[in-house]
Amino acid sequence: MKAPTHQTEHPHNADAHGHATHPTHPAQHAPHSAHAGHKPRFNWAFILPIAFFFALAGALWVGLYLNPRDIPSALINKPVPSFALPPLPGMDNGLTSSDLKLGRVSVLNVFASWCVPCRIEHPFLTELAKRGDITLVALNYKDEPTAATAWLKQFGDPFARIGADRDGRVAIDFGVYGVPETFVITGDGTIIYKHVGPLNDDAIRDKIVPMIIQAAAKK
Amino acid sequence: MTILRSVILGLLALMLSAVVVPAAESIDPVLTDPAAEARAVEIGRSLRCLVCQNQSIEDSNAPLARDLRVIVRERVAAGDSDTQVRDFLVARYGDWLLLKPPFKAETLILWIAPIVFLLIGVVVVRRTMTRQRPAAAPLSAAEEAKIADLIDERRP
Repeated sequence: MKAPTHQTEHPHNADAHGHATHPTHPAQHAPHSAHAGHKPRFNWAFILPIAFFFALAGALWVGLYLNPRDIPSALINKPVPSFALPPLPGMDNGLTSSDLKLGRVSVLNVFASWCVPCRIEHPFLTELAKRGDITLVALNYKDEPTAATAWLKQFGDPFARIGADRDGRVAIDFGVYGVPETFVITGDGTIIYKHVGPLNDDAIRDKIVPMIIQAAAKK
Repeated sequence: MTILRSVILGLLALMLSAVVVPAAESIDPVLTDPAAEARAVEIGRSLRCLVCQNQSIEDSNAPLARDLRVIVRERVAAGDSDTQVRDFLVARYGDWLLLKPPFKAETLILWIAPIVFLLIGVVVVRRTMTRQRPAAAPLSAAEEAKIADLIDERRP
C-alpha cells in the first residue's frame, strides 16, 4: 500500500491504514487496570487533554481582555528621575525633581496641546486638583510652548506647576511612551503608580484615589 | 477646459508638495562613524517600538521610535557597550522593550512552555500510535476464503 503523502484534504477519522486515529472506546485504554469487567473511573488520557484545553482556553480568554498597549511601568517603587524643566512662557513655576520630594503626595500628568484624549480627561484632572491631599503637576510633552499656553487658557489650568519638556527627554526618563499618562508619587519622590491613557471617573475612583491614600500612608 | 486643467494642476502641485516637505523634518539620526552607526542600528533592531509594537525602533516611523534611536546613538557615541545601552532603556521601559525576551525567572514559562508542549505532544502521539499497532495475526486459509466470499457478496 502506498505510504500516505502530505495531506491536503480534510482530515477524517482514519489514516491511510484504516486505523482509527481518535481514541474511540474509553474502555480500550486501561491496560494496567486491575478491575476485571469494570470501566475505569478516571480515564486520565481522556480527561487530561480536556482539562489542559480548558486551562489554556481560560488563560487566552483572560488575555482577550488585556490591553497590549498597557505596558507596566518599570519605575514602580523607584525614585523619580532627576530633572529640571523650565516653565511655559508667562508662568513662574517650572518643574524639578526636588519639587516632587517636598513631603506631599504628587500626581504628575503628562499632556500636550496636540493630544486629543488629554482634552477629554481635562475635567477629571480639574476635579482631582481640588483634593487637599495632593499637588497636581504636569509635564508638557513635546509641545510648542505657545500652543500649550493657549490650550491651558482655553480649557483651564489645574496644575500647580508645569515643566516644559520640549524634546520629551524627561518623559523618556519617566518611561512615557504616549500621552496622556499620569503618575502617583509619594512625598519622598517614589513613583508608586502609573496610569496609561486618559483618566475617567472609574480610573480615578478605583485606581488613582486608593494609590493616593496609599502614598500618603507611606510618608 | 483650461479652468479644469488649472484646478487639476493645482491639486497635483499640492499633493506633490505634501510629499516633499515632510522629508525635510524627518531626517533620520545617523552617526558619522560607520562602525558606531552599524552598532547603533543593530541595537535598535533589538528594541521594540512601543507605539507600533511589532516593529523595532529602527523600522518604525513613530516619533517615539525616532527619539529612542537618537538616544541609542547618543549612548553609543558616549562609549556605552551594547548591554549598557539596552540596560539604560530597559531601566525606563521594562523588559517588554526588548524584542527578544530575556531569560529570567519571570520569563521562564515563556521560554520553556513550547518545549514542554512539544514533549507532551510527542508522548501523546507515541502512546496513541503504540495503542493502534497490535499486529494483526496472519489470517488462516479458511478466514481468507470467508473474506473473499464476503467481498464477492458485496459486489452488485
